[in-house]
Amino acid sequence: MAAALCTIGGARAGADELRPYTVVGDAIPAPLTGAPGDPERGRAIVGNRQVGLCLLCHTGPFREEHFQGNLAPDLTGAGARASAGQLRLRIVDASRLNPDTIMPPYYRVDGLERVAANFRGKSILSAEQIEDVIAFLVTLKD
Amino acid sequence: MTEIAFAFRCVLSSVLIGTTLAAAGEIPMSERRSGYDMMSADTKAMQDDDTANPASLWVLEGETLWSTKTTNNKSCADCHGDTAQSMKGIAARYPAFDTKLNKPIDLGQRINLCRAEHQNATPFAPESRELLALTAFVARQSRGSPIVQDDPKMQPAIAAGRALFEQRLGQLNLSCAQCHDDNWGKQLAGSTIPQAHPTGYPIYRLEWQSLGSLQRRLRNCLFGQRTELYAFDAPEMIALEAFLMWRARGMPMDAPGVRP
Repeated sequence: MAAALCTIGGARAGADELRPYTVVGDAIPAPLTGAPGDPERGRAIVGNRQVGLCLLCHTGPFREEHFQGNLAPDLTGAGARASAGQLRLRIVDASRLNPDTIMPPYYRVDGLERVAANFRGKSILSAEQIEDVIAFLVTLKD
Repeated sequence: MTEIAFAFRCVLSSVLIGTTLAAAGEIPMSERRSGYDMMSADTKAMQDDDTANPASLWVLEGETLWSTKTTNNKSCADCHGDTAQSMKGIAARYPAFDTKLNKPIDLGQRINLCRAEHQNATPFAPESRELLALTAFVARQSRGSPIVQDDPKMQPAIAAGRALFEQRLGQLNLSCAQCHDDNWGKQLAGSTIPQAHPTGYPIYRLEWQSLGSLQRRLRNCLFGQRTELYAFDAPEMIALEAFLMWRARGMPMDAPGVRP
């Protein structure tokens, strides 16, 4: 099962800016971009309630942020619990692992209903932003 | 397989199925809690004291409008008489089916229809100060009245509202039910997720620093999901209102409420 290789086009109809990626087991092992992500930028994205939105549902090691959610797992230790590839699939489209997940699909533009005009055809985060977030999350070892 | 093992498997299956349904399904009637019930003692006190509840200003303005005569020399009071009697429990029954229009309408639409049909007056705009004031004044007369949503003609709207409530919407791909059925009581950023029972509308929302309708509140959630908003009074809005009132059937009204 883990060895099963599914080739998944991120680039389907209406999604032509998204880059293709490959799911292997429960992960997307290869980065979405050529350049490595930046953990500092990633931390800022995770902490930003208009960009990453992460802290609306997750709590994390952000002492300066007072209102953090508890709908979803604590991000503390995320880098110890999951590999970069596992984190990547969970951010890109967690519904591939659990169709009922509350986690929004951060890198998918198809199969969505009634998206507001200013967000239509756009993924929640760009490929670069997702790599930045992963670069930050893998540093959360404990 | 032995009979005992088979029986055990059946019991286990039904337990698992029961768990699955409970996790993804409706809140049992006995576990329903209003937004009022879940708020802080301070906010409850603000709501309970008419002199501290900011919505009282709208109620007072509504009381004035209620007895203001329009161009054909008719006021609401001329037809409806003593509101404590005539309007008691009315807001608890909306949205309601209008046989003339052959569709469900909410309380704001009812007030505007009355103005057009009986008062020769122009309708108030959605969320206008006047419409909120009259709605608040009428809803105030239903304090303590149980919510009723039992007209068979409302069933199609309730069903449509339920479908909308359960449908994933917007860029964030979230349904109403995922928060308000499955995760109520948890923290979304700094806010406790309520069960979404519309017992207190129109509400004075501290975040708005103003009075607002249930439709305005629904649009807030849709905006947060990054969903294309429905227009005020769109059939989808009325259907969602009808479903939420049906879901809250039997719960007492506490309008006009104060909410965080």
